[in-house]
Order: sequence, then C-alpha cells, then structure tokens
Amino acid sequence: MREYRYGRIKPSEITDQQVWLKRRQLIKAGMAAGAGLLLGGANGPAMAAIAGPGNNRKISLSGESVYGRTLVPTEYEHITTYNNFYELGYGKEAPAENAAALKTRPWSIKVSGECNKPGIMDIEDILKLDQEERIYRFRCVEAWAMVVPWVGFSLGRFLKRFGPTSRAKFVEFETLYDPEHLPGQKRTVLDWPYREGLRIDEAMHPLAFMATGLYGEVLPGQNGAPLRLVVPWKYGFKSIKSIVSICFVEKQPLNSWNATAANEYGFYANVNPKVPHPRWSQERHRVLGKGVFGGKEDTLLFNGYAEEVASLYSGMDLRKYF
Amino acid sequence: MTKWRIVVFLVSLLPLAAMVWGALHDRLGANPVEALSHESGSWALRFLLITLAITPLRRLTGWRKPVLLRRMLGLFSFFYACLHFLVWLWLDREFAWGGMLADIATRPYITVGFLSFLILIALALTSNMFSMRRLGLRWKGLHRLVYAAALLAILHFIWLVKADLMQPLIYLGVFVVLMLLRLPRKAVMRKPRRMVKKQAVA
Ligand code: HEM
Repeated sequence: MREYRYGRIKPSEITDQQVWLKRRQLIKAGMAAGAGLLLGGANGPAMAAIAGPGNNRKISLSGESVYGRTLVPTEYEHITTYNNFYELGYGKEAPAENAAALKTRPWSIKVSGECNKPGIMDIEDILKLDQEERIYRFRCVEAWAMVVPWVGFSLGRFLKRFGPTSRAKFVEFETLYDPEHLPGQKRTVLDWPYREGLRIDEAMHPLAFMATGLYGEVLPGQNGAPLRLVVPWKYGFKSIKSIVSICFVEKQPLNSWNATAANEYGFYANVNPKVPHPRWSQERHRVLGKGVFGGKEDTLLFNGYAEEVASLYSGMDLRKYF
Repeated sequence: MTKWRIVVFLVSLLPLAAMVWGALHDRLGANPVEALSHESGSWALRFLLITLAITPLRRLTGWRKPVLLRRMLGLFSFFYACLHFLVWLWLDREFAWGGMLADIATRPYITVGFLSFLILIALALTSNMFSMRRLGLRWKGLHRLVYAAALLAILHFIWLVKADLMQPLIYLGVFVVLMLLRLPRKAVMRKPRRMVKKQAVA
C-alpha cells in the first residue's frame, strides 16, 4: 500500500486548526447576531456581496455563504489587471486591455455527453439561478496567488440538473473559439479552443464552483466572462474561462496545458508545494498587491483546502499524478 | 565627446529611474517583483545587443564615435544584469541560499542565465585599461565571450517562456542579424548574389 505522504499534520497545527475553527464559529455567530439585530430578524435576508467599483452589472445574492469569510480579498484592480487569458493576449495586462474583444451576449452553454437531459442553456437563465458569494484563495501555477470574492453557484448542483449517467466519469469544459475577434487565437500559441477537465467526483465536490461574477458584479472579460470554473485547490489553469461547452465523458479528457507541455502541467494540477514545476519551486508564492517588499507565503497542500479535498486523492501518488 | 558621454550615460539611467519611480509610486502593477525582474533582465539584454551593434554600425556607416561609448554601454548591460540578479536573490529567492544553488544546478534556464552573468562579471572586471595592458592579446580572446553571453541570455529567455516565444525570438533575430553583419565582407556579399541567381533559375 502506498503511503499518503504529504498530508501529515503536526500536533502544533492541529491546535491551530481548532483555535481557527472556534474563531470562525465565533465570527459566524457574531455576524449572524449582527445581521439579526440590523434586519430585525427578517427571514432569509439577501446578503450583500463585497462591493466592487460599480463598473459592471450587479448580481444579487440569494443566500449567505460561509466560504472564506476570514480571508482578505485582493484589490479589485489587481484581480482584473493581472490575468492569464491567452485568448485575449499573452502578457499579464493584455487581457484587460483587449477585454472588449470578448462579446458575452448572446451567449449560451451547451451541455452534452453522458447525461439524460442534455441541453443548451442561455447565460441569462444561468444568471437567474441562485447566486452566492464565496471567497477563495486562487493559486497560479506560476507561483503567485490572490484572494477572490467570487459570485456564482456550486458546480455539482448545476451539473446534476442535466442528469449525468453512470458512464459520466469525467467532465470536459471548452472555452469560446472565435479567432476573428479574440486576438490571442490568431496564433497557435495553444491548440485552441482551450480545454479543461475534472474527474466527476472532483466536479461534484462542494468546493467546485461556477463563477458568474466577482466583487458582487458580473465578471469582466479578462476574468473569463460570462461564466468560468473555479477549482480553488488546483492551479489556476484548471479554472477554465468563458465556457461554451460542458460534456460528460467516460475517458479522461485532454487539457490544454497538459497537451502543450505534459512534463510541466498534469491533468490533476493539484496545488502541492512538494511537487516542483520543472522550472521553478512551488514551495512558496507571492500574493498579489503586497508591493515590492511584501514577501512571499508558504504554499499549502491543496492550496489550504486539504481538509475538504484530500480524501478525493487518498491512495494516489501525487508525484505521479501531478 | 564628453558631451556625448554624459548624454548617453544619463539616457542609459532612464530605465533605472523608471523602475525606481514605479516602485515608489506603486505603479508596477499587481506583481511588482516580477515587473522589476522582467525590466532589469530585458534592459541587460538590450544593452548587450546595443553594445554588439556598434561594430556593424561603424562598418555600415563609417561612423566611429559610438565605438568610444562601447565600454560604457557594456557596463550598463552588466549594471542591469546585477540589478536583475539582485531582484532574484533578494525578492524572489529571499536569500535562501540552498534553494538558489539548487536552482542554478537543476533549472536549465537559470543555469544559462547564471553563466551569462558570470561572463558579464569577467568582462566588466577586465574592462579597464590596466587589464587590457596586462592581458595583452588574451584580452581580445576573453572579450569575444560577449557573444556567448548574449546567446546564453537569449537562451535563458527562450527557456523561461511558457508558450509565447515571440519576444525571445525577436531578440534572437536581432542577434543573428548583428552576427551576420560581422562576417567578413566577401562572405556577406557572396550570399545574396547566390540567392538572386537561384531565384532567377526558379
Ligand atoms: C544568475 C543569473 C540570472 C538569474 C538567476 C536570472 C533569473 C531570471 C528570472 C527568475 C526571470 C523571470 C522568469 C519569469 O518571470 O518567468 C528572468 C527573466 C529574464 N532574464 Fe534573467 N536571470 C539571470 C541572468 C540574466 C542575464 C545575464 C540576462 C541578460 C543579459 C538576463 C535576461 C533576462 C531576460 C531578458 C528575462 C525575461 C524578461 C521578460 O520576460 O520580459 N537574465 N531571469
């Protein structure tokens, strides 16, 4: 039997964890009490999202979410001006500059493959689904990170609407292919369209998320409007942007970066400080917006979500399936 | 000439001024350390190529003045390379010596960058009159390594890029053109003529 190597928790960390959990409960209780006082105990009040700069259409939330309430979000400006979205250009600032090239209306998502109720869903109908805010850590494979207050809904619950069959072992996602408008697709830097995939149990995990917005407003183009995946325990390239197609499949689908450089980017792409990228270490990362002397932070296994997701990979050699 | 020297010296300091200004005014974007690394690395390479452009410039135009600025331009390449190295050592690797040495030994793009840097150090240390006199003929041989330094720096760039090779390949193109312009005149002259003939036949 293979030993699970990275998840060992030191006694000191367990104490920390308990203190943290207690603190989180206290904060939650405090917030609930505060909200109760303010709202006079009205039932099911719509939570206000963390406010953005108001450039884009607001999304109203339908419920309170507990995810990441203790995290401090990265500034909106940094989240929206430092992006890897090659469809809109290859530099970090290019996607924000070229965002207008991405036309998000009309827009629909085709769901197909091994499911009982395949269909095409319009983005306006998707925006009518219950939306919640979740603050997640986001870790790029390039060893930088940010904290993003996403708005959206659970991927698993969304997928279940289409009735995946028992043969649906994986889910494949595809980004818009529109070389006439998307400047980055004019050259074959990647094998367009961008594709990504998840194992079905990963896709059904409660942390897996579909984002329609950030900072309470619909996503700007550079962040993957109008609909993108967010898998917070995996490197950012798994969180495919501007999705037009979702397909339930039996075999492990191809993912674009793996197809480009298989020795550098795997299918799983779980955040793991112990598995270096061939060209750089993954042990630490820089959090965006901390200035020249902001320093770096230690990277945690599964980006700090080990407690929730480690069981998905028990018995797997994370070095082999990186 | 002194006037020229001062102008070129000050202009060569502009990239540094831009970096310092950007850092002080928080204008380097979301990842200022990366911005500093890219700026300093790019300017080290650009100054290296400018230095290499001076001989061809003289051959093509007969203009001799820039030759007198060559040493200064080469030293500016070294200066920006030092800055680049310092950013990496301090802000990127955070003076973690073990990790640094491992990087140099195991990551090819760092290895070649480091080799390029070592060459630049050797050239900068021997760029004075005293060394020229002491090394005599060997000085020329040593300073021919400047071509290797440039090529290694471009290789460093090619290997660190994730997918879009456009930028490093532009630098490579400039380097190749500068090298071709140095070929003995006959060789340069012969080539195009042959090509013309072939085209005519086809
Ligand atoms: C010990 C020596 C060196 C080390 C450790 C080093 C390290 C690095 C690192 C970490 C990057 C950024 C990689 C990234 O962001 O993905 C970089 C980029 C770069 N370096 Fe170096 N480097 C060294 C020497 C040099 C030298 C001597 C030159 C030029 C003469 C140079 C030119 C460049 C260039 C042009 C870039 C790319 C900038 C861009 O992407 O715009 N480096 N180097």
